Amino acid sequence: MELFLALKIALRALAVNKMRSFLTMLGIIIGIGAVIVMIAIGAGASKVIADQIASMGSNLLLVVPGSATAGGLRSGAGTVPTITYDDVKAIQTECPSVERVAPTVRGSAQVVYGNMNWWTQIQGCTPEMLQVREWKIAAGREMTATDVESALKNCLLGASVAENLFGAEDPVGKIVRIKKVPFTVVGVLESKGQSPRGDDQDDLIMMPITTAQRKILGNPFPNTVGAMLIQAKSEEVLAQAEEEVTALLDQRHRVGPNKERDYILRNLTEILAVSQQSAQVMSLLLGAVASISLVVGGIGIMNIMLVSVTERTREIGIRMAIGAKQRNILLQFLTEAVLLTLFGGVIGMVLGMAGAFTISKLLDWPTLISPQAILAAFLFSAGVGVFFGFYPARTAARLNPIDALRYE
Amino acid sequence: MACVVSLRDITKSYRMGQELVEALRGITMEVEAGDFVAIMGSSGSGKSTCMHILGCLDTPTTGSYALEGVNVERLSKNQLAEVRNKKLGFVFQGFNLLTRTTARENVELPLIYAGVPTRERHQKALAALEMVGLARRAEHYSNQLSGGQQQRVAIARALAGDPTLILADEPTGNLDSKTSEEIMEVFEKLHAQGITIIMVTHEADVAAHARRVLTFKDGQIISDRRRQDGGWAGPGGQ
Repeated sequence: MELFLALKIALRALAVNKMRSFLTMLGIIIGIGAVIVMIAIGAGASKVIADQIASMGSNLLLVVPGSATAGGLRSGAGTVPTITYDDVKAIQTECPSVERVAPTVRGSAQVVYGNMNWWTQIQGCTPEMLQVREWKIAAGREMTATDVESALKNCLLGASVAENLFGAEDPVGKIVRIKKVPFTVVGVLESKGQSPRGDDQDDLIMMPITTAQRKILGNPFPNTVGAMLIQAKSEEVLAQAEEEVTALLDQRHRVGPNKERDYILRNLTEILAVSQQSAQVMSLLLGAVASISLVVGGIGIMNIMLVSVTERTREIGIRMAIGAKQRNILLQFLTEAVLLTLFGGVIGMVLGMAGAFTISKLLDWPTLISPQAILAAFLFSAGVGVFFGFYPARTAARLNPIDALRYE
Repeated sequence: MACVVSLRDITKSYRMGQELVEALRGITMEVEAGDFVAIMGSSGSGKSTCMHILGCLDTPTTGSYALEGVNVERLSKNQLAEVRNKKLGFVFQGFNLLTRTTARENVELPLIYAGVPTRERHQKALAALEMVGLARRAEHYSNQLSGGQQQRVAIARALAGDPTLILADEPTGNLDSKTSEEIMEVFEKLHAQGITIIMVTHEADVAAHARRVLTFKDGQIISDRRRQDGGWAGPGGQ
């Protein structure tokens, strides 16, 4: 009941000086608004990266051809395919920390279905690719070992390709022509969205690596593959797997003082984890900068509350003469300060959310506002009120009743 | 009759710049329940300081003060606040009502701090306003009332908590003579109901309403007269 009355008194006191209350709140509004926007931007960036990690598959190493030297002439990285099927098999059998290896070749080609056509990525691969990338089938069936061994002209369509060629039609079982070669669509892949680099991962056709090399992309260097994705058995052995693969490939490719390493091994998971970490650090920094404005707003509250206490010294004296205890006076002024910051906090939150929404619409930057962030902002603004309101409220409560009554 | 107030050798001194001011130099007095006492004296005589000590708003430098037998000079700030709330009612010269607050809310104020539940608080406040003849103005804001009405609201506020003692500090100081008479009639009425009143004034015709008049000079009581049927009696009369 006392709190309810304190609220009523505080509301009345704030309503008397509307402009002043508003300007005081403005500091908190801007502070909380800025914190919300900054955290939303930071959290949005982190979430995008986290989603990308999830869409990529976990614990992945990528091996691509590096620079090869032939007769003293160094070619650019990736010019010559240096990775062979034998490398793939060797890694699979000799590296204990490796779960599976997925070799791949890439190229692009025109695909035709009926009167529709589409230029897309061709990925030649083995059934392992779907497992490594944790990629599910939306319709039809997966690729099988037989598809690869017999180099069958079967293919899987990425979601974007299926939509562009077939629209609402069911592609499974239909024949498409890739570089004029007829292929049977045996399945459609689930949508994965954007890749870490920002391209559409669903804009591709998967087919057996053997078929791709023999019928579509051609292969001037027999027995080679374009690249391979290696999945470690777990996150703990990822670094170990990296070492094992490096050691084995160095040995197989005779890397030494006289020969440069002709492949590049990348730890994809680590790269993304690092970029996620940097996104988190960024959002933390943005939040910290925004909090400074919140502190400045809090000092504004303190300032105005001190003015208010001085202005109302006589009122405090009357209340004390009538029997208000220190506690009552403290509560009254603290309520006023917290009410100011809470109003400011709520308005700031609404503006912050509107700001975050505008930014994601106008600048196409992903933003994310979590309930935790809202709750934290709410509690934080109340905390600012208590922290910066306490000193003025205590000043009021400690007034001597007789001095306060005599105050002109 | 029981003794409500008992002051023994009260002194009060405080510094004002370099000077040590001795506002009270040994006040000893007793006030019985149901009495109506006026304290007179020129300004600087110590009457207001004495009033503040009686009202537990200030503490004496030396001496003891028993209010209804309880020594209050050693109580903590919060205990004093409770004494003011439960046992005392104040009426000030400048009314000291809260602005932007209705008459009823002003009267309810001491009851709020006493923790009286809402419904009972309303009833008591209205009863107190009824007593001073302002029940019809209960929902008026204090600044919409005339000076005399404001002072009556202040008296109602002092009454609301059923205090043992009402302290009035120059209650008619800001009012014209006609309104002063109205206010004094209210005090007479309260006295008739057996409420103990101590009032500070420097106007003789206001003091004439009291049953007993104490005169202060230079921090001491120089006369203590009691009105009896037809005249004034007591030592030290002027």
